[in-house]
Amino acid sequence: MQMSREDLARAYRTMRTIRAFELAVNAEAQAGRVPGSTHLYAGQEAVATGVCMALNREDHIVSTHRGHGHSIAKGCEVGPMMAEILGRGSGTCKGKGGSMHIADLDVGMLGANGIVGGGPPMACGAALTAKTKKTGAVAVAFSGDGAANQGTTAESMNLAMVWNLPVIFVIEDNGWGEATSAEWAVAGDIVKRAEGYGMAAERVDGLSVGDVHEAARRAVTRAREGGGPTLLHIETERFFGHFNGDVDTYRSDATKEAQRRDRDCLNRFRAQVTEAGLMEPAALDAIDAEVEAEIEAVVRAARDAAPPDPATLTTDVYVSYGYEA
Amino acid sequence: MSEKTFRAALNEALHQEMAANPDVVVFGEDVTGGLGGDGEEDAWGGAFGVTKGLLAAYGRDRVLDTPISESAFVGAAGGAALTGLRPVVEIMFVDFIGVCLDQVMNQAAKFRYMFGGKARTPMVLRATFGAGARSASQHSQALYPIFTHIPGLKVVIPATPHDAKGLLIEAIRDDDPVIFLENKMLYDVTGEVPDQSYTVPFGEARVVREGGDATIIAFGRMVGRAEDAAKTLAKEGIDVTIVDPRTTSPLDTETILEFAEETGRVVVVDEANPRCGMAADIAALIAEEAFDALKAPILKVTPPHTPVPYAPELEDAYLPDAARIADAVRRVTQH
Repeated sequence: MQMSREDLARAYRTMRTIRAFELAVNAEAQAGRVPGSTHLYAGQEAVATGVCMALNREDHIVSTHRGHGHSIAKGCEVGPMMAEILGRGSGTCKGKGGSMHIADLDVGMLGANGIVGGGPPMACGAALTAKTKKTGAVAVAFSGDGAANQGTTAESMNLAMVWNLPVIFVIEDNGWGEATSAEWAVAGDIVKRAEGYGMAAERVDGLSVGDVHEAARRAVTRAREGGGPTLLHIETERFFGHFNGDVDTYRSDATKEAQRRDRDCLNRFRAQVTEAGLMEPAALDAIDAEVEAEIEAVVRAARDAAPPDPATLTTDVYVSYGYEA
Repeated sequence: MSEKTFRAALNEALHQEMAANPDVVVFGEDVTGGLGGDGEEDAWGGAFGVTKGLLAAYGRDRVLDTPISESAFVGAAGGAALTGLRPVVEIMFVDFIGVCLDQVMNQAAKFRYMFGGKARTPMVLRATFGAGARSASQHSQALYPIFTHIPGLKVVIPATPHDAKGLLIEAIRDDDPVIFLENKMLYDVTGEVPDQSYTVPFGEARVVREGGDATIIAFGRMVGRAEDAAKTLAKEGIDVTIVDPRTTSPLDTETILEFAEETGRVVVVDEANPRCGMAADIAALIAEEAFDALKAPILKVTPPHTPVPYAPELEDAYLPDAARIADAVRRVTQH
């Protein structure tokens, strides 16, 4: 891995935070404390982490329904995020968005998205802002293998080339679009689809945060230098079912056990950095403990937080409307 | 002040706002036209010529043609608006919203609410609408009830060149997503339009004329037809008020109710189809809020519950005209 020791520790902390957050969300959901449904990012941590470490605060991302990991990696605070998922007034979106709409414009997170394929056009727009205002920023559209089959993704890839936008399409292929495998649902090759538009594209091992980071850095550099868009097809793993209520019977127990045993990006990271002598096991254990304590505190605070004031039902529909909606 | 067409009034609004604010950008299909050809630049200036000349004044960085990809560029308008531009995008015919409604309905309209009040989405989506051009079912609809139904959107329907300019400037300066609907049959209509920049506020109806016998509420091109009906009725001794709400969201319920109560007899003229349309919405409002003042049932004058037909004889029968409006007024005044 080409990361500095400091970046390795930072990457591990982010990945571990995402994992701990998602396991906590799952526990809260199983206990009936999450009002709606959530889509867990566990297994995909290296993707959000590796990509977002190549970005600045001023860069923008758009996310998906499986957006907790992207949010954390881009800098959203986990406390308000957990409160949002539990439907509290102190949540990132004041309890109006929930798991599928976490957004924090201050850190360049333009929102998780309940619509598969909803994000890529928005990323083109953020990239257009950067290009028009010459801010040097880039925009990243995180999408899944499912969104790769949406027309918005195809339209956005074409528009991004025609307008030469500083945008990066990250197709995060976790192998499953809801309960249907990508193997069945995706025809042809996603990298070749991008190449069909004349777009730079590469396939990346999503279990390696270092590989993801390197690929993202190449794409970000290209975008910042005016070289236009890039598509990264990143192969990763989804550890849970599509949503928290999905018992995931469409994968065998043997498959799921092998996935957790052999294809866990966190285990892989630990093995690589300790074998290479880049990080001590004790340092990794210390991060684990700190993260665990932080997430525990966040969950307790979210449980104790007040629900939104009923009066906020009709606020923030518009910036101004003349009278209440 | 000078006489200008509806089209020229809109063009002037775009010029003045682009000059005033570098964050204003315009994009859409053929907003210049001719890209990649060896002929004229800015060949179209929009399918109806509304954006003509912006390219020469503001360049390709701010006046961008798009591929025929409404989802991508309407969605890009939302993303651009969230991040600091004020995009004005053109959907050539509002009917094409069918291929990109998600980016309006689920995305731009809801950013502010979903994100807990932190987002501003100052985008304008301009689109032509309306029957009368013999363009059949997919190029003629009046879909403003669909947009009016969606919280988070503002919906504007100018009826005169004066209001077209002032409302468009207001729309561009507004911090919420605005659907700006231009009846294509009005582009060549002329009227007095001030040369300087000015705004017409949203949610303030225009009282076109006042008369004590009945109140007609009409939108867009139907305002002119209501005026034609009023002239005929005046000769019969029936004096009507005409209210043009100008925006359906926000809606100036105060002015509508004021004149509904004053005359007690109301006709609502709507170019949209009748079910769940503006006419039904306003009739329900008046029935709920001004029931005691009513002297007759509220009548709706709308097209039938059909797609827009092609043949002139059919299309002319589809659209409300002055005769149908006058007939409805006679019925409420004779009740």
